[in-house]
Amino acid sequence: MPRTLAVLPPEQGVRLITLQRPEALNALNTELLGELAAELDAAEQDAETRVVVITGSRKAFAAGADIKEMAERDLVGILNDPRLAHWQRITRFSKPLIAAINGFCLGGGCELAMHADILIAGEDARFGQPEINLGIMPGAGGTQRLLRAVGKSLAMQMVLTGEAIDARHAQRAGLVSEVTQPEFTVERALAIGRVIAQKAPLAVRLAKEALLKAEDTDLASGLRFERHAFTLLAGTRDREEGIRAFQEKRRPEFTGQ
Amino acid sequence: MNFEHILFSIEAGVATLSFNRPEQLNSFNAKMHGEVREALKQVRQNPEVRVLLLTGEGRGFCAGQDLGDRNVAPGAATPDLGESIEKFYNPLIRTLRDLPLPVICAVNGVAAGAGANIPLACDLVLAGRSASFIQAFCKIGLIPDSGGTWTLPRLVGMARAKALTLLGDRLTAEQAEQWGLIYRVVDDAALREEALKLAHHLATQPTYGLALIKRSLNASLNNSFDEQLDLERDLQRLAGRSEDYREGVRAFMEKHTPAFKGR
Repeated sequence: MPRTLAVLPPEQGVRLITLQRPEALNALNTELLGELAAELDAAEQDAETRVVVITGSRKAFAAGADIKEMAERDLVGILNDPRLAHWQRITRFSKPLIAAINGFCLGGGCELAMHADILIAGEDARFGQPEINLGIMPGAGGTQRLLRAVGKSLAMQMVLTGEAIDARHAQRAGLVSEVTQPEFTVERALAIGRVIAQKAPLAVRLAKEALLKAEDTDLASGLRFERHAFTLLAGTRDREEGIRAFQEKRRPEFTGQ
Repeated sequence: MNFEHILFSIEAGVATLSFNRPEQLNSFNAKMHGEVREALKQVRQNPEVRVLLLTGEGRGFCAGQDLGDRNVAPGAATPDLGESIEKFYNPLIRTLRDLPLPVICAVNGVAAGAGANIPLACDLVLAGRSASFIQAFCKIGLIPDSGGTWTLPRLVGMARAKALTLLGDRLTAEQAEQWGLIYRVVDDAALREEALKLAHHLATQPTYGLALIKRSLNASLNNSFDEQLDLERDLQRLAGRSEDYREGVRAFMEKHTPAFKGR
């Protein structure tokens, strides 16, 4: 059993992972990151799990990396940092990942949230990359994913000043898709997850891949990738079922085949 | 915890915070700001507290900023008043509005400057008959702060808001009640007792639900009709999960007095 996470068995196809290091506002130490990567690997293999929702506490999604741990690493230590492999495993997760964010979402926490495909924020959530205040900079996608999500000016401002923005600002900027009452953040994320969990898994998987492609390729290649993915789905039983159910005006029964 | 410039106590679910610099009409200096902040922090963190009562000692309620703290010497650099708002007044106003419990304000005398706008950030304002509200800012070249420019037009309409803030005239408690600026005027001698009675009554009520009512009404001032309907749906969902709701329904069905816990 992971020590820094609470994991619920999937319900209606959605698995909920809760970060649990209350003593440190869910700071992402290496142990937590490793456990999270392992949990996502397990969810990847689990046929019952169609979507994963990840959340923290009411007070903090995750308030950054573990500074104590960071202080102990010199240049060589950082070069051989095991955390990089954990981040890469999280990035590899092929099923939809939804982040339900309340409270502090800073530094590594903000970077983790940006690894999710969909971000839902409670009204009092705060997003920031305060690394610059420690004489360092974001090191897990903060300078890359943030810029792609919110545009250059705001990303520069956040990373260079270290100042956080609130949930409404994050929504206006395109970092999060919905802002809810804080008590409902997790529920809303689960509800979205359940909707996705009812779709054809192969279509969901390829659609996610195509969308992520859009972030790091030129338009022509992206369109080519999209077309290939679209064509691949033509060979699935779920596509037949989806179209037939639509014509027969009934709910489709997707099997993932 | 002993304070120098405020009186603070918690009893039977009611936290009472009274400004206590009577010689200076309870005007704010840095120390009083710090003490108010500390007291409000205790209110927020103490689950026993279900109602906050805010009032003042002596003849005044609060005369805003102590200008003695702000003496502008000729030739000195211009002060940054924005900083003191950012540091002191805005956090105070935000806290009063966001506290998840009813905040009662008993205005016991003159309320001037920021002191006139602090009550407007509270939920239920009672005022003694001799109390008055003065938007004194315009007399010294400043603008109303502590939320005044936002709250006044919403409470009394733009025409009256402009008159109050551009002229800086004294508004009597009775006039304030007629204009809808405050909830109720009571006799000076009865003010403290009336306010406490109200506070102790509210402390027996389903305060979790009351906090949600406060939250929804505060939000309504910025929401569209559609957004507000959605918010009502969400907050009602929360209210419906509370122990107090179950208790309320049960007591209603069984025809006895409910025992609410504020959760």
